[in-house]
Amino acid sequence: MGPILKMVAQRLALGLLTLFVVSLIIFLSVEMLPGDITEAILGQGATPETVAAFRRELGLDVPAHLRYLAWLGDIAQGDLGRSLASKRDIAELIGVRLNNTLFLAGLAAAIAVPLAVTLGLLAALYRNSWFDRGINLVTLSSISFPEFFIAYALIFLFAVTWDWFPSIVNVTPDTPFWERVYRCILPAVTLTLVTTAHMMRMTRAAIINLMASPYIEMARLKGLSSSRIIVRHALPNALSPIINVIAINLAYLVVGVVLVEVVFVYPGLGQLMIDSVSKRDIPVVQAACLIFAVTYILLNLLADILSILSNPRLLHPR
Amino acid sequence: MATAAQNSLRLLGRSPWSARFGMLIILIYVVTALGAPLIAPYGETEIVGIEYEPWSEVYPLGTDNLGRDMLSRIIYGARNTVGVAFATTMLAFLIGSIAGLLAATLRGWADQLLSRIVDVMMAIPPLVFALLILTIVGTNLINMILVIAVLDSTRVFRLTRAVAMNVVVMDYVEAARLRGEGLWWIMSREILPNISAPLAAEFGLRFCFVFLTISALSFLGLGLQPPTADWGSMVRDNATLISYGDITPVIPAAAIALLTVAINFVVDWFLHETSGLKE
Repeated sequence: MGPILKMVAQRLALGLLTLFVVSLIIFLSVEMLPGDITEAILGQGATPETVAAFRRELGLDVPAHLRYLAWLGDIAQGDLGRSLASKRDIAELIGVRLNNTLFLAGLAAAIAVPLAVTLGLLAALYRNSWFDRGINLVTLSSISFPEFFIAYALIFLFAVTWDWFPSIVNVTPDTPFWERVYRCILPAVTLTLVTTAHMMRMTRAAIINLMASPYIEMARLKGLSSSRIIVRHALPNALSPIINVIAINLAYLVVGVVLVEVVFVYPGLGQLMIDSVSKRDIPVVQAACLIFAVTYILLNLLADILSILSNPRLLHPR
Repeated sequence: MATAAQNSLRLLGRSPWSARFGMLIILIYVVTALGAPLIAPYGETEIVGIEYEPWSEVYPLGTDNLGRDMLSRIIYGARNTVGVAFATTMLAFLIGSIAGLLAATLRGWADQLLSRIVDVMMAIPPLVFALLILTIVGTNLINMILVIAVLDSTRVFRLTRAVAMNVVVMDYVEAARLRGEGLWWIMSREILPNISAPLAAEFGLRFCFVFLTISALSFLGLGLQPPTADWGSMVRDNATLISYGDITPVIPAAAIALLTVAINFVVDWFLHETSGLKE
């Protein structure tokens, strides 16, 4: 287990370093502002006195490195600061919305991952058949669709024409679970359509790559059925690239959620972030950005580590 | 040169229907973009009627939320949206491929420095990063092009560096070095021609990605600013029509989707041809 632990430790260290640098970038991005954040917010008409008072209020009279440390310390304690626009506590503002976003991304993942892996396996099993070509064409197309196209097409069909699902998704913390699932179906299906294609294509490619190896030939010569060859012989070895692509797509889900939330007016973190970007409410954007970036980095890190751990060649060193 | 032209003609003759379809679509878009003022029945920002007029002979696709002709705006949108995406991709390739070639040719600390910077930049989700930067520097066209080009150049850098690494070790590059050729000559005359095929395919894919990102930002109201006709913001501005069962707002979105599908078809075929993978 020695070399594996070392590799995992290396990845973890690299991940932590990335997290540190990203937090630094998010913090420093405000410092790059031409002039000063206070002038950007108060406008050019502000008197020097108001600017000075506002700077004190934001703590800008302290040197940058001290502010960075204080900022990190506050975040570690769950204090994300206050919104400039509404003066409300950001942690409070974000809490419910983060839950909503994670719920939507989780629901989409619960549909997309099993679907993608099954379709990928079937496409590999019936390679070059009409099924495979059809799936290939459909996925190649759906990869290239913008999310809002899929979202509005679904709204047009299922919310306007047939009126099966709501087009505006409103959930509160008291919404019962199944009611919530029902309301979130359209956004979840949109996200599923966007991510399934990529995962399915990678699964198919990983399996097909392996099908040329000698041990698969051996299994085939032994007379095993092709479904058994794929599930028992090819799948374990293809697991690492598949896990990798699944985690990358989960990370993508967290970000892709931004657009879908705006289309469906879903009360999630992405919606909040977009609102804050147009209001230039910098602390809220920073907090949302940090949460998205940390989730994205952690999922990618998880992908790296899982693909090391699931690699049979590394698990059973000669 | 004649044989090169003949070769490409022969290649075209063998292309599958999906690639031909893709090329036809791309051609139509290019013609529309270049000839927009000639094709469009009305001006780009001209207010021709009342708001949200239905489809009619006067306004083939109706009018938008301000009473401008939808069809004309979609035609002008080809010029604006596609043009901006093209410029951004070119800039991303310029930055990414030069940096990638430098890293591969110079090796050593230059490679290390560039690669580590790119590692960190790629660890941040691009759309989120773009939103952060745009909040700070403000939303305007130039800022958006710069931010997306720089973020996207990281992927170009990775690819260029990886394929250039295989070429740098070739004897003819060594010969050029011993001949005393400069860095720029080695990069542009010895390495670049030999990595152009994967770079061309990547250009198509990157363009799709940039095009989708810009449309997404415009859709969110942070990209191309009004009154410029742009497909992303047109969807958003007219989205209310959908709840009345009118599909007009989906048309610009479909225009985006069709172009990316077409490019993907062509790139898929191109990759298949150049990789020598014949199933």
